[in-house]
Amino acid sequence: MDTVKQLRDKIAVGQTKSTDAVKAVFDHIEKHESTIGAYISLYKEQALEQAGKIDEKIAAGRPVGPLAGVPIAIKDNMCTTFGATTCGSKILENFHAPYNAHIVEKLNAANAIIIGKCNLDEFAMGSSTENSGLKKTVNPWDTDRVPGGSSGGSAAAVAARLCCGALGSDTGGSIRQPASFCGVVGLKPTYGRVSRYGLVAYGSSLDQIGPLTQDVTDTALLLNTIAGHDQRDSTSVPETMAPVPDYLEQLETPVKGLKIATVPHLNKGADASVQKALQDALEVYKSLGAEIIEIDMPHFDYAISAYYVIATAEASSNLARFDGVHYGYRSQNANDYIEVYSKSRDEAFGQEVKRRIMLGTYALSSGYYDAYYLKALKVRNLIRSDFTKAFEQADCLMMPVSPTTAFKIGEKTDDPLQMYLADIYTIAVNLAGVPGISIPCGFDEKNLPIGLQIISAPFSEDKLLRIARMHEKQTDWHTKKPNI
Amino acid sequence: MTAKIDEAQVRRVALLSRLELSNEEVAQFSTQLSDIVEYIEKLSGLDTDNVQPLAHCLPVYNVLREDVPHPSLTNDQALANAPDREDEYFKVPKILDDNSGA
Amino acid sequence: MAELEYKIIVGLEIHVHLATRTKMFCGCELAYGDMANTHVCPVCLGMPGTLPVMNKQALEFSILTGLALNCQIASFTKWDRKSYYYPDLPKNYQISQYDLPFSEHGYIEIPTEDGGTKKIRILRAHLEEDAGKNIHTLGNFSAVDLNRAGTPLLEIVTEPDMNSPDEVGALARELQRIVRFLGVSEADMQKGHMRFEPNVNLHITRNGEVFKTPISEVKNLNSFRAIERSIAYEVARQLHEFKETGKTLQMGNKSTYGWDDDKQMTVLQREKEEAHDYRYFPDPDLVPVEIDDAWLGEIKARLCELPIQMQQRFTKDYGLSDYDASVLTADRATAEFFNATVKQGADAKRVCNLLTQTGLKLANEKGTTVDQLGITPENLAKLAQMANAGDVSATAATAIFEEMAAAAGNPMQIAEAKNLIQKSDAGEIEALVDAVLAENTEAVQDAKTNPKKAKKAIGFLMGQVIQKSKGRANPKIVSQLMNQKLTS
Ligand SMILES: [Mg+2]
Ligand SMILES: [Zn+2]
Repeated sequence: MDTVKQLRDKIAVGQTKSTDAVKAVFDHIEKHESTIGAYISLYKEQALEQAGKIDEKIAAGRPVGPLAGVPIAIKDNMCTTFGATTCGSKILENFHAPYNAHIVEKLNAANAIIIGKCNLDEFAMGSSTENSGLKKTVNPWDTDRVPGGSSGGSAAAVAARLCCGALGSDTGGSIRQPASFCGVVGLKPTYGRVSRYGLVAYGSSLDQIGPLTQDVTDTALLLNTIAGHDQRDSTSVPETMAPVPDYLEQLETPVKGLKIATVPHLNKGADASVQKALQDALEVYKSLGAEIIEIDMPHFDYAISAYYVIATAEASSNLARFDGVHYGYRSQNANDYIEVYSKSRDEAFGQEVKRRIMLGTYALSSGYYDAYYLKALKVRNLIRSDFTKAFEQADCLMMPVSPTTAFKIGEKTDDPLQMYLADIYTIAVNLAGVPGISIPCGFDEKNLPIGLQIISAPFSEDKLLRIARMHEKQTDWHTKKPNI
Repeated sequence: MTAKIDEAQVRRVALLSRLELSNEEVAQFSTQLSDIVEYIEKLSGLDTDNVQPLAHCLPVYNVLREDVPHPSLTNDQALANAPDREDEYFKVPKILDDNSGA
Repeated sequence: MAELEYKIIVGLEIHVHLATRTKMFCGCELAYGDMANTHVCPVCLGMPGTLPVMNKQALEFSILTGLALNCQIASFTKWDRKSYYYPDLPKNYQISQYDLPFSEHGYIEIPTEDGGTKKIRILRAHLEEDAGKNIHTLGNFSAVDLNRAGTPLLEIVTEPDMNSPDEVGALARELQRIVRFLGVSEADMQKGHMRFEPNVNLHITRNGEVFKTPISEVKNLNSFRAIERSIAYEVARQLHEFKETGKTLQMGNKSTYGWDDDKQMTVLQREKEEAHDYRYFPDPDLVPVEIDDAWLGEIKARLCELPIQMQQRFTKDYGLSDYDASVLTADRATAEFFNATVKQGADAKRVCNLLTQTGLKLANEKGTTVDQLGITPENLAKLAQMANAGDVSATAATAIFEEMAAAAGNPMQIAEAKNLIQKSDAGEIEALVDAVLAENTEAVQDAKTNPKKAKKAIGFLMGQVIQKSKGRANPKIVSQLMNQKLTS
């Protein structure tokens, strides 16, 4: 399967028809989706109809958008006026949004073709996609293993070439970790870079939408489409404050005098194969003339604690609206309006969602607010200042995405705390609001992909992508495909 | 060792969260949440006396909208997802108490 | 048992709907009385993925009100979520302000019976979104209408500085007059634009010791009468309860009452304040607001003279009665029209009479305000001067006013066209006086010699002269000439 860039270039010059590309991807889906389980919903007819129109336009020589005719998938926590927007939850299984998310409007304006909506951990809460209330997704590299999460469906779909590229959302690593587990590129942009309007909220001060793609070029291309100010999102940053550059334009230009920071004591927590892959990647950069410095991030170890307070506190409030009154699942066993709430929520939410709602409610409840929630906000400030200091010394930080490669399905489901602890490398990035990317950088002894995480200063995605591209040009990890 | 969050606490939080948990869930959450909260208490070891809480990562202020109307949904669109409706209203089992808080 | 001595203590929590065009966080238009669930959108329905964006006008209206209530305006404020589950609250949290309200520590001056004023302290004022409405007419079910959900709501909390039902009523009326003056709220009580929740208790003195009765909070009052009566009822009820049980205020034994308008009594809703745990925290979907001096100055410039200040100025500077001054300051249009007219040099009392007796009646009939009758302050001032100079009679002035409202035009032209100019030419009037005196010798006799009948007789003679002139003789000159002739 072509990359997004390759396909759109072919379609634009009439070398390939969008209709053929869409048909080909659906043929592939029909063969493999039953094994992978990447999608919650697919829209073949609609996609072919849109492809037909694009082909006509191109044949007529009329101008088309920068993603014209390319089959793209989105995570099913982004609202669309077509189909359902389920968030992988029984509570929204039949919810039909009356509006499109900002990024859906952007994809439509770029003439991309949204072919389906991908599976996820329910309400994006999880790191394995095992928490989906609707279906199971497996890792295309080893179908006994998880694809990572929460954007596991999007990552698996890109890895198995069940779409050209996809969008996910990242609250504590939910794009980067599944990208790493599935051997694809995944970017979490700076908080405020991409509008959250229409993204069903998990942790509002942490959530950010980003691309999952086959290579860095495609990530730049998709970011070009989705980045930018939106007046419907008060936390979307005005372009006067942070202009949106063309991320493709300078992509091939290496960063001169690149200075990379690493945090040695953190890396020790990762598997040997992951540490080795990181070292190999650093060697690649050294061979390109980069300077590696070692720094300390003294508050990094507190990130998991701070994150699981802040994210769940926000989630407990964000998910209060799912109550069976105005939309979504309503229990048939409710005898009064209070039971409409408590029974609908109990019957339709999965265990992980309930656990996080409970934890967040506890952290905000009277008597505990100062000790947990307020404390976490202060620690968040310390963590952010760690990053600020790091970026005063170096262009970027490099570290693993996850301490391990993809684990076995069911392996960690009984011990939620152990699952949370595996988010150590990704979570702090969300707390600080900075951008982070995962790119393929090797395989372990079980032939499972390993990701390299590169983190840079707020709104420096252009530099981040150029740094990632420097590695990609020297290696071929991104060209490896799973045998499915 | 006594649980950090005992079952009575779990029930209190479940009530606030409007979750009607089964007895098994209450027991399970007591154990799991206690583990998690114990881990989170790591935070208390950090001196934050002179640190400001950071609720927003970005220095953005005064995002304001002009007072200009936008089209609303039609009544049918508004109620399209309603689990139950009566004429142009959302319908719920009778509300007996006045628990409004505005 | 001797009657107990007691003091009534009342504080108020007031919710005021702001008169913006759109809701606080979405672009739905505010509307009252329309079909249910037709002024709603994904944002105010609390649909997943939607985000709030603050209405600038709502914030500026609030700050303007805060300034009028003499509050300190915060330079930094933010939005918090207040969590509770209720079907009229689609997100199950209300966006409100918790620890950093936009304004604090002000006061409102209310008129007292002796014509003076009393300061009631304002604890705080903050902005929040209103909930929708639950309607309980479906038997075993309730219906939910979310048209009102998201309406900008100003919550004002006073200190417990009011000591009688009348004072609470006065505050409610004064606040209504202020927000209408400022143009920030229509403050229509019947539409629920203003809702009041008094907290009432008594400080009872018995044998030299002061006992405080438990506080009652009466919810959701939306008429001035209900406010005054519910407080009067609570005073009697609490006094009775204290005599019977001796119960006093303990930590947390505040009870919530509703007002039953049919039975004219308060009804207990919740014995103890239910263990509410609102779990306030900063709303991550909204960014903070910084109000700098420039912006605050801009809003300050929109502040007008407050009605109670105007009322006092009208009595002091123009010698108007307190009643007349209060009628003129009941709404801003009338007050400013009066002000503008007087500034043209017209006699304030005359303008007041023309406005209160003729202008307000006409405006009311036409469903408009006096400044919209088509009369300019200049022309009204001219009319007042004509009336004062005796060029037209009081009755004629009314007719001219009506004509000005009906067809515009300047008062002198109208008076001339309608032949309403009074005769002030002494020679012409003297002839009429002489004729009347000659025709009514008996009355002249009474006027000159019978002190008992003199007043009545002079009145009769005056009337005859006016009649002979077809109402156009200037009474002042008639009277002068009459007196000269009768005393000579
Ligand atoms: Mg309130
Ligand atoms: Zn709306």
